[in-house]
Amino acid sequence: MGLDRRVFMKTLGLAGTTLVLGKSVGAATKEKNSVEFYGVLYDSTRCVGCQTCETTCAEIHNLPAPTDAPEVGVVRKTNETRRTVVNLHKTTKGEVYVKSQCMHCNEPACAAACLTQAMYKTKEGPVIWRGNKCMGCRYCMVSCPFDVPKFEYHSPNPKIIKCDMCYDRIKEGKKPGCAENCPAEAIVFGTRRELIHEARKRIAAQPDVYSEFIYGEHEAGGTGEVYVAQVPPVELGFKTNLQNESYPALSKGFLYSVPSVFVLLPVLLLGIHETTKDNKNHQNEADENE
Amino acid sequence: MKTSNFEYPIAKDNDGKSIWKFLIHEFKPKGKILTPFNVISVPVIMLGTLIIIYRFIHGIGAVTNLTQEVPWGLWIGFDVVTGVAFAGGAYVLTFIVYILNNQKYHSIVRITVLNGFLAYVFYAGALLLDLGRPWNVINPIIGNSFGTSSVLFLVAWHFLLYMLAQLIEFSPAVAEWLGARRARKILSGMTIAAVIFGITLSTLHQSGLGALYLMAKDKIHPLWYSEFIPIMFLVSSIFAGLSMVIFEGSISHKVFFNQISEENHHAQDGIVRGLSRICAGAMFAYFFLQFLVFIHEKRWGLLNTPMGYWYLLEMLGFVLLPMLMFVYGYRRKSMNVIKTAAILTMVGVILNRLNVTVIGFRWEDTVRYVPSWMEIVVTLTVIFTEIWIFRWVIRRMPVLRDSPAWAKHQ
Repeated sequence: MGLDRRVFMKTLGLAGTTLVLGKSVGAATKEKNSVEFYGVLYDSTRCVGCQTCETTCAEIHNLPAPTDAPEVGVVRKTNETRRTVVNLHKTTKGEVYVKSQCMHCNEPACAAACLTQAMYKTKEGPVIWRGNKCMGCRYCMVSCPFDVPKFEYHSPNPKIIKCDMCYDRIKEGKKPGCAENCPAEAIVFGTRRELIHEARKRIAAQPDVYSEFIYGEHEAGGTGEVYVAQVPPVELGFKTNLQNESYPALSKGFLYSVPSVFVLLPVLLLGIHETTKDNKNHQNEADENE
Repeated sequence: MKTSNFEYPIAKDNDGKSIWKFLIHEFKPKGKILTPFNVISVPVIMLGTLIIIYRFIHGIGAVTNLTQEVPWGLWIGFDVVTGVAFAGGAYVLTFIVYILNNQKYHSIVRITVLNGFLAYVFYAGALLLDLGRPWNVINPIIGNSFGTSSVLFLVAWHFLLYMLAQLIEFSPAVAEWLGARRARKILSGMTIAAVIFGITLSTLHQSGLGALYLMAKDKIHPLWYSEFIPIMFLVSSIFAGLSMVIFEGSISHKVFFNQISEENHHAQDGIVRGLSRICAGAMFAYFFLQFLVFIHEKRWGLLNTPMGYWYLLEMLGFVLLPMLMFVYGYRRKSMNVIKTAAILTMVGVILNRLNVTVIGFRWEDTVRYVPSWMEIVVTLTVIFTEIWIFRWVIRRMPVLRDSPAWAKHQ
């Protein structure tokens, strides 16, 4: 799995340190590599639309409890007061519920966009927001292909609001609130590898129930949140025009050209400056003749 | 109004003896107070200041029409992205004068660098208004959280460093104003280094402003999105900047008529013609690039739509047409044609930047972002304040008028 530049740099740094310090750090690197991203598998066929996930999420993050219910034809969006919502879609296989929240991409556009590392892909997998670093530029919102980060426009001390997969709970060894409390077991928490495996197993076991796709397996370079459902993603309001390459890859070419420009251009400019020095003296005559 | 035979008080008083007296004298307004510009700009600036205060108390949403879907509006798309493109004249002219050693344009370097410097200070400064948590703005600078994978990180650093480079490029004029002879000598010696550094920074952040939008691939109308946005932004900043130089020059030569020497007045037409030729060249390269991208990405199908007509208007009406006018004006020595072409080009650049950042951004949404009147007033406040400072500096420092005699012999 390709990781973003930052992780690459870190690995590079670690490799460098290893060369200097020898064995002990080498062991640490091995340990670090063995950590797998956590993710969440959401199964539309099990969801009953009870909104327990929404209520739990609101409780954990001190947000107001939901006041409206999923309804066909109404698109409920996440916003600065709710990190996750469940929507009801009318499909070819009847009415289907879909939960939405941050997708926790493997290579998140928001984290690559963030110039202060306030948006941060943790080694556990959740993409979190760190207020002490954020300057509120909202470039994460511009970049996120899923439109996940929300901004408190009406606060003098605004925060970016998004699902953080209950990162604090994960660090304590607990599951995210929604996965812990889902009465229908539609939300499963685990490592991403296990979840993809589980999703494949479910589809293979009941091919007539499931549509054959795992949303998030490849979209935007793969996401931590993966979905299975009765119908194809296009019927459930998912974005289907997303590229399978990660979004940070789009600006990689530009960023990689920066060091070369920085080294080569000044040399070129200095060279031109030196070779054209003589022009200075002949200039005025040339102007007259133009 | 004092004429070209201007006195330099501190220099006369033996380097800095009466500096306070001099500065107090200089801070008094010069020139007429009741000009049309003042009458319009003062109320706007006052209103804009109130709006800015209100914004810091009640949040960005209280004064702007920004939404969760459109987080960047007029303040970024126009003030920052377009404003910086117009400031591109400084790096192009310093390239011509200091790198190519073409002295023909020397007399307009200072005013262009001043214009560029102030544009960066004010338009990049306007960014602070748009930041939700501006107190954290130093984070990417002081090094506790370097987001090195971010294009915005690059742009932020380059803005900062480029302002410094431009300040160094302009600083001899300040030294001449203050009569600081030794300082002037030292600062002038740094010019070439600052110019080389400045051009490199400009190349990267002019294109970087375009690269900011690379990750918004699915949100920008395909006629304006391509992986070549950075190159388009860089090439168009050349003629955007030079058109601004032509436009600003035609105004400066009227408003600050007394400041400009006879010789430079005569040279102006030749300079404008030269610039129009460079503009035409850069615009041809740009138009050709756009055409290549258009063909390569097979965009014919998009043309026969409202956005397609809008695209054609931009490309034909505000790139191709002014390009031809620049060529025509250059050949026929028609200053009016060239000036009109410069204005059309500027409109075209505004259109292009807004099409990428605002108009073509989430063009499919049913509810579109339209800037609020308060966003527009704040934008005007930023522009007017910049012009005030610009005028203040020109009336005092040797920007348009010749340097004092002592400086020439250094």
